Parts: sequence; structure tokens; C-alpha cells
Amino acid sequence: MELKGLRIKDMQLGLAEGKFTSVDLLNAVYKRIDALDGEIGAFLSLTRESALEAAQSADDRRKKGVSLGPLDGIPVAIKDNICMVGATATCGSKMLEDFYPPYDATVVKKLKKAGAVIVGKTNMDEFAMGSSTENSYYKKTKNPWDTSKVPGGSSGGAAASVAAGMVPISFGSDTGGSIRQPAAFCGTVGLKPTYGRVSRYGLIAYGSSLDQIGPLCPTVEETALAFEAVAGMDRYDATSVHSALQDDFMDYVKSGAKGLKVAIPTEYFGDGLDPEIKASILAAADQLKALGVTVEYVSLPLEEAALSAYYVVASAEASSNLARFDGIRYGYRTDEFDTIDELMIKSRSEGFGEEVKRRIMIGTYALSSGYYDAYYKKAMQYRKTMEAAFDKIFEKYDAVLSPASPVLPFGIGEKSDDPLAMYLADIYTVNINMAGLPALAMPCGVSKDGLPIGMQFIGRKLEEPTLLRLAYDLEEKLDLPKTAQEKEGA
Amino acid sequence: MGYEAVIGLEIHVELDTASKIFCGCPTTFGAAPNTNVCPICMGMPGTLPVLNEDVVKLAVKAGLAMDCDISMTNKTDRKNYFYPDLPKAYQISQFDMPICGKGEIKFDLEGKEKTVGITRIHIEEDPGKMIHTDDGVSLVDYNRSGVALIEIVTEPDIRSSEEAVAFLKTLKSILQYAEISDCKMEQGSLRCDANISIRDHGEEILNTKVEIKNLNSFKEVGKALEKEYKRQSDLTRFGEGHKIKQETRKWDAAKGRTMTMRTKEDAHDYRFFPEPDLPPIHLETAQVKAAQHALPELPDAKRDRFHDAYELTSQEVEVLISEKFIADYFEEVVGYGASPKKVANWVIVEGLRLLKSSEVEEIPVKPSHLAKLIELVEEGTVSVTAAKEVFEALVEHDEDPLDLIDRMGLKQNNSADALGSIVEAVLAEQAKAVEDYHAGRLESVGFLMGQVMKATKGQANPRMAKELVVEKLKACCPD
Repeated sequence: MELKGLRIKDMQLGLAEGKFTSVDLLNAVYKRIDALDGEIGAFLSLTRESALEAAQSADDRRKKGVSLGPLDGIPVAIKDNICMVGATATCGSKMLEDFYPPYDATVVKKLKKAGAVIVGKTNMDEFAMGSSTENSYYKKTKNPWDTSKVPGGSSGGAAASVAAGMVPISFGSDTGGSIRQPAAFCGTVGLKPTYGRVSRYGLIAYGSSLDQIGPLCPTVEETALAFEAVAGMDRYDATSVHSALQDDFMDYVKSGAKGLKVAIPTEYFGDGLDPEIKASILAAADQLKALGVTVEYVSLPLEEAALSAYYVVASAEASSNLARFDGIRYGYRTDEFDTIDELMIKSRSEGFGEEVKRRIMIGTYALSSGYYDAYYKKAMQYRKTMEAAFDKIFEKYDAVLSPASPVLPFGIGEKSDDPLAMYLADIYTVNINMAGLPALAMPCGVSKDGLPIGMQFIGRKLEEPTLLRLAYDLEEKLDLPKTAQEKEGA
Repeated sequence: MGYEAVIGLEIHVELDTASKIFCGCPTTFGAAPNTNVCPICMGMPGTLPVLNEDVVKLAVKAGLAMDCDISMTNKTDRKNYFYPDLPKAYQISQFDMPICGKGEIKFDLEGKEKTVGITRIHIEEDPGKMIHTDDGVSLVDYNRSGVALIEIVTEPDIRSSEEAVAFLKTLKSILQYAEISDCKMEQGSLRCDANISIRDHGEEILNTKVEIKNLNSFKEVGKALEKEYKRQSDLTRFGEGHKIKQETRKWDAAKGRTMTMRTKEDAHDYRFFPEPDLPPIHLETAQVKAAQHALPELPDAKRDRFHDAYELTSQEVEVLISEKFIADYFEEVVGYGASPKKVANWVIVEGLRLLKSSEVEEIPVKPSHLAKLIELVEEGTVSVTAAKEVFEALVEHDEDPLDLIDRMGLKQNNSADALGSIVEAVLAEQAKAVEDYHAGRLESVGFLMGQVMKATKGQANPRMAKELVVEKLKACCPD
């Protein structure tokens, strides 16, 4: 069988009608990965054995007329910072090259419970620090739309796995844009849920107060299905929110965007934004109007201070979160050492890459005695300001329409020596994490060079359904290619 | 005149919770290394802490027991440092918003009341334990990692090593009374660090202080403070007061001295920041009120009540209230109607003797049995000496003391007729002693008494036996 153009609903139908089995589907997934991933480099490891078992179980259930839900027997991929028993969780780092987590992340447990078949683990910037997936210790992932370009990051492997038509769902993580920016670069949908909506238990932490797991998928419907499967309160995550999705969630998502109100912040469409992206988003805004959505311009400052505040908070938390990698219990350990201090210092110096070390240094400095008030505390106060600014907009509007990235996918190696330029690429995404809001990135056009253009909807806390509803209707109206292969024509 | 010591203590107490502070692992002491562990308390990547609500309850209880202000909103923070026993490389603790603020503990110091201020009480997790073997290998046991602690910090209100020890004893009994911790220092469930500086009497300033660590018993606390006080006094007296550096010193119990462990320059920068994985802790007024209400009677109040209710000496009261379970035992026995004075005597002498050889902290005889035994002694059914034997036997044989006395053949012989004929038989046998008595050697009565007791296997009522011996001696050969 062929995966080409197959949506989850087609898979469900084919499975139900007995046209193919979950094992056939899985074989097709691996066939495609085997054929393409040598070049694309989306995956760091494949879990062929456990996936086959899961697919067989799904087939057995189906024979008995039992279904675990819409994802039963459906292949999915997870980012390599999500823990799963039986597979390494390297986080794209030499530090965790041989690290096999002894437990399943809550998201993994939920996926297994839903019958999903986890096929492998995707490449990422080391410890999710980066915007191009070039910071992976193992390999560079290429953008399936143009293999000379980066797929974005840090969930670049996830975005590429979806854009290359390998899997219909790939779970990534988003600390400052790590789902939305690669989704935009690879022309996929990507949802960063409200902070606390999806359990972080089992997600190897980067910035604990910012991290969220979310899905990347070819379409809004698949994104909604994937989100529904993993959302929910988890007693293993004290920051998870007590709020269940509405019962008619999928119907609501498909209920049409008419009547919703969308705000476009004028400041977000200024000088720093690529004109092609600007034009494409504004054209999409016109399509929204045509769907009966109210679209109005508002003022919402876009400050570089937001970027600084984000890098202070994320790096500070990272400096603490990554301190446990000391070569004592697991992970990389240096060959020669005389003292405990030397063991830890050498293991960390050799095990971490440059960008990770840079952020650990920034974070350690920001938390140091005498600097805490000037940096971390100030940045945390700034978060409140950001939240308040968004809250004000949400008094009148259901969503904010914003670019997901100021630039189109850039060339591999083009920015890797310029960390500041790389940080600037996060200007539209970090403030959403700082405010804890949900945001959905989706394609809105294709550039003249044939690269995908993305944008994002930002919503009130816990209002992912509203974002999905807007995006579902707009996606249909825009009718863009869902994966890179579709762009090339059937 | 010597200098005045200014001492403050930091006490770490393991809370009596069934499971650890952030995961469900058991807290049992003495398990095989690295068996009471899970991915969470091992700090495995991706794991998250979830606060054990019992920890909050016990910390609030501790605060209430020490008259502390309770912070209705408080939060946890990360204390960052690298050490192999700390698997996350940060300890979840409380920095600027501890669960309990200012409080105080009052205690008796040679008849005078002394008050020591409590600065704060905060909750935190215990690290694991490093074991350094003789062949230079270091091992880590993470069983202790994540055990719930409170850290109690006192004001520098303590003025001598004796005061420090008296304070610690009071603190320990409060914690045990309120069932906050078992306070077993030998198992590390109560640990103490001491800060000490000295100054001229009458001065209010705080001079450079030295922190002393590795104090493994109250006795060591006293000794170490004494030694450090002397070291600082000597340096100051010889004009080298400037040599007192702010530092942490380690107490070497074997050598009986403190040694520099780390100076101020090597002090850690812990880079505290709010723990992002845990939301702030909000307490409800009703919850705190209920805890206040549920607080058991504390040693101070119990001491007063014991003095009022029972006619006991101060010494007796102090022994009885030294441990809650002893006081409870005492009152239970008294509750069966026994005389408090007699019960106190039995508990303090016989009860504590049994306790010493017992492995559990419990007087191993049922209170009802002791009450009955005291009653039987009063009635003359059993002699005091025999009763002590019975008391011990009750440890093994949980049965009615009267039945046990019967079975052991220890019933006191109270029949004057029966005893009379035994006495006559003894006098007939011991002609020499009888002769001696009539020759004026009255001490032979004692010898004859001994013979009577021997003949009755100790079951003769001694008072009655003596009366009979004298009576019959006088009767057989009237002067």
C-alpha cells in the first residue's frame, strides 16, 4: 500500500473496511521512512519491534470489533525528548546517547491507551535549544520542501516527518516556538497548547514554566484528534490544569469560523517581517473575513524586551534542569578523572554542545546572587505585563493573528554561526509561552520560491478548540498542499 | 570573666510521613540500598515532583506547636548545587516564603523559664546518602532522597551549650508529642547544625559566627559548642579575635575538636529561584484552625497538669513527661484507679528498666495489668518482690496477673494459722537461734524470719511472719 495523501480519516476507513491492516499501514510508514529518511533525517531512532506489536494488537482488537478510539492502529512519531520505555531519549545530545528512560511519559501512556502505534523518535536541536535543528549532535534534518533549507526547530524532525508524509501525527515540544516555527517552515499545522493542558511528565525539561507538548500534523482535523488524545489533567504534573475538553469537541472544531473575532496587531507586521509572509497572512485574513470572521487591527507592542525576558527565563530554568546531567547516574561520563568535581566538569564539558553550554552560562549568570533581581525577577515580572496585554485583547477578540516566524525557511548553515540572528527568529513565538497561551500555527501560502509560509492564531487560555475551529474553516478555504509531496503534484 | 556565647541552631527533622515528599516511595529506614526509589526521587530526566499533602499538614502542625506565624501562601524554590547525592542537582526547598514564620519555644532551665525564638520553619527534600568505603570508592544510596524534612531555624537566643541541649531536648519532645517526627538522631531523623559567636557580656552586637556541622547527638552538640566557645574565647583573649573567620567547621567527635570544613569564600551560590514545577502552596484558614484544634497537649502543658493533678515530685514529673508514650502509659494505669504515686514509682523504676532492654519504644506490659498488679500488692495478695517478678513475666505472658501469680506459685501466704504452724516448726528446728534470742541477741529474729521465708518460698506476708515469730518466741519461753 501507499501512504501518499492518506489522511487519518482515510486510514480509519481503510482499516474499518479491511482494505489494509494496521500492520500494512506500519509497513508502509517504515517503507517511506526507509526510502526518504536517509536524506531528510527526521528520525533519530525507530521502534520497529514495539510498533509492530502495537499494530498487531490493534489488528487483533479490530477483528474482535473493539476500538480504542480514533487513533487505534494509527502510526505516530514522538520527539526525542519524550520518554518511552524501550527507546533512547537522546534529546539530540551526546550527553544522552545511551539513555533509556525507565518509564513512559504521560503522553506516551495516553497514546498507547488510545491504540496509537509509536514508530520512532524524531530529531531535534539539542535539549530543544535552537530554531533550525542544526544543534542536534547526531544529524541535520532537511526541509522536505527544499532540502537545502532547515526545517526549523527545535521540533524540526517532527515537522519534517509530517511534511515528508512519513507519519500523520508527530508530537513535538514548544518552549519558545519549537512546534510553531518548524510547522511554519515545513507547511504543517502545529499546536502549542495552553501551559498545563498537556502533561509535561516525561518530557525532558528545558524551560519548565514554558514547555508544552503538542502535535504537528498535515491538517487541522488530525491536529485536533492528536490533541484530544493527549490533553487532560495529570496527577503526575502539578502544573497541569483541571479542565476537560468539551464532549462535542470535534463537532465544535468543525462548526465554522463565522462569528468569531480576530485581532491583527499592527506592530506585528512592521519592518522586520518578510514582505512575502506579510502579504500571505494578510491575504489569509481576507479569506477569514469571507468566512464571516470579524478581523480588526489592534495595537499590541512587539518588544525585543520580550525576547530578552524569554531567554533569561528559559536559560535560567535550563541551567537548573540540565544540572542533573553530571555523569554520575546515567548519560555520558568522561573517560578519565581523579575527583568527583573533575568527573562532573569534564562530563558536562564534553557531553553538551555549544548552544546548550551558552544557555547554561546565561541562565547561571541570571540566577547568580546579586543578579537575580535584575534578570530573572525582572523577566518574570515582564511575563505578567505580557499576559495582561493579551488579556486586554481577549476581552474583545477570540484570537490574535500573528506571523509564526519573521523569515522564510533559511539555508542550512546560513545562521548557525550567529546565535543572535537565530534568537530573533523567535520574536513572534516566545511571548505566547511567556503568557502561557495556546497558539496554533498553520500554512497560509507558498512563497515564490516554493517554500511554505505559516502564520499562527493565539487564543485565550484553554481555548484550543476556538483556534482549531478558526483554522479548520480557513484551511478548507485556502486549500494548500498538506505535505511537501503534494506540492510536487500527485 | 568569660565571654557571652551567642548561639543559634538549625535543625533538620525528617517528617513522619508514610511516603516521600514528591513521590510515592516508602520512607522506611534500613531498607537495602537503592530499593526505596523510583524515577522521581532518582531525579530521572522528565520526571516532575508532586507535593505530598501530609508534609504540609505536619509542617503546619510543627509551626503551631512552636507558636509560629503560618504563611497562608508560601512557595517552594530550587536550591542549586552539584553533589552526587543530589540527583536533580537541586534541592526543592523554601527560600523567601517559608511555610512558617516567627515563633518561640519556652522551656525550663534550672527552675527558670527560658524562651528561644524560632526564625522560620520550611519544608524541603532530603538528599541521598554518600558512603565512602575504605578502599576509596564512593557509593550513593538514594533511599533517603526525597524523604520529607522540615528545617527549623532559631534566633541567636541561646547563651550556653547547656541551654542549647535543654532547648533541643524540649524541641525533640514537642516534635514527638505532636507526632511530627520520631526524632531518632541515630537514624538521622533529627540533625542539628549550630552557629556560635561570642561577645562581651552586656553587648548587643553579633560578632562573626562559625557554623558547626556533623553533630550526631545532643551530647556532641554540647561538647562541640563548649569547645568552639573556648576556641573563640582564647583567640579573642589573646588579641587574635580577628582570626575568627566566618566559616563552617566540622566536629570530629573522636578527636573532640572542630576543624575548618569550608570558608566563606568557598560558600555556594545556590542560585535560588521559584520551583516552576510546583504551584504556590495556599492554606485555608479552616485547615489551620482544625490543625490547631487537633494539636495534642505539649510537654509544657503536660508538666503543669501533672503537677496539679498528681502529687509527684518535679523529678518524677520530668521523667514521666520526657516521652509522650511514657506519660500516656502512666495516665492509663492511673485511669484504672491505681494510686498515682505508686504508679509513678512502678513506671519509673520497673517500666523504664524493661524499656531499656526492649527494642520498641513501648513499655511491654499492658497498663491494665500493671494497675491490677499494684492492686494485688496493696491487698497483700503478692509481695512487692514477687510482684516485680510477675511484672517481668507479664511481658511474655499476656494474661490476668492474678492467674499468673497463681501459676507461678507466688501467692502471698496470708493465713495466720498456716503460717503459725510453719513458724513453730522453724523455731523447733532452730533451737540455737531461739536460745540466742533469749540470751538477748535480738538479731536472731532476722535469721529466723529468713528461715520462715525460705520455708514458704517467699510467699509469707513478711509483716505477719515477723509478728508471729516474735509472738511465738515470747510465748515459748516467757521472761
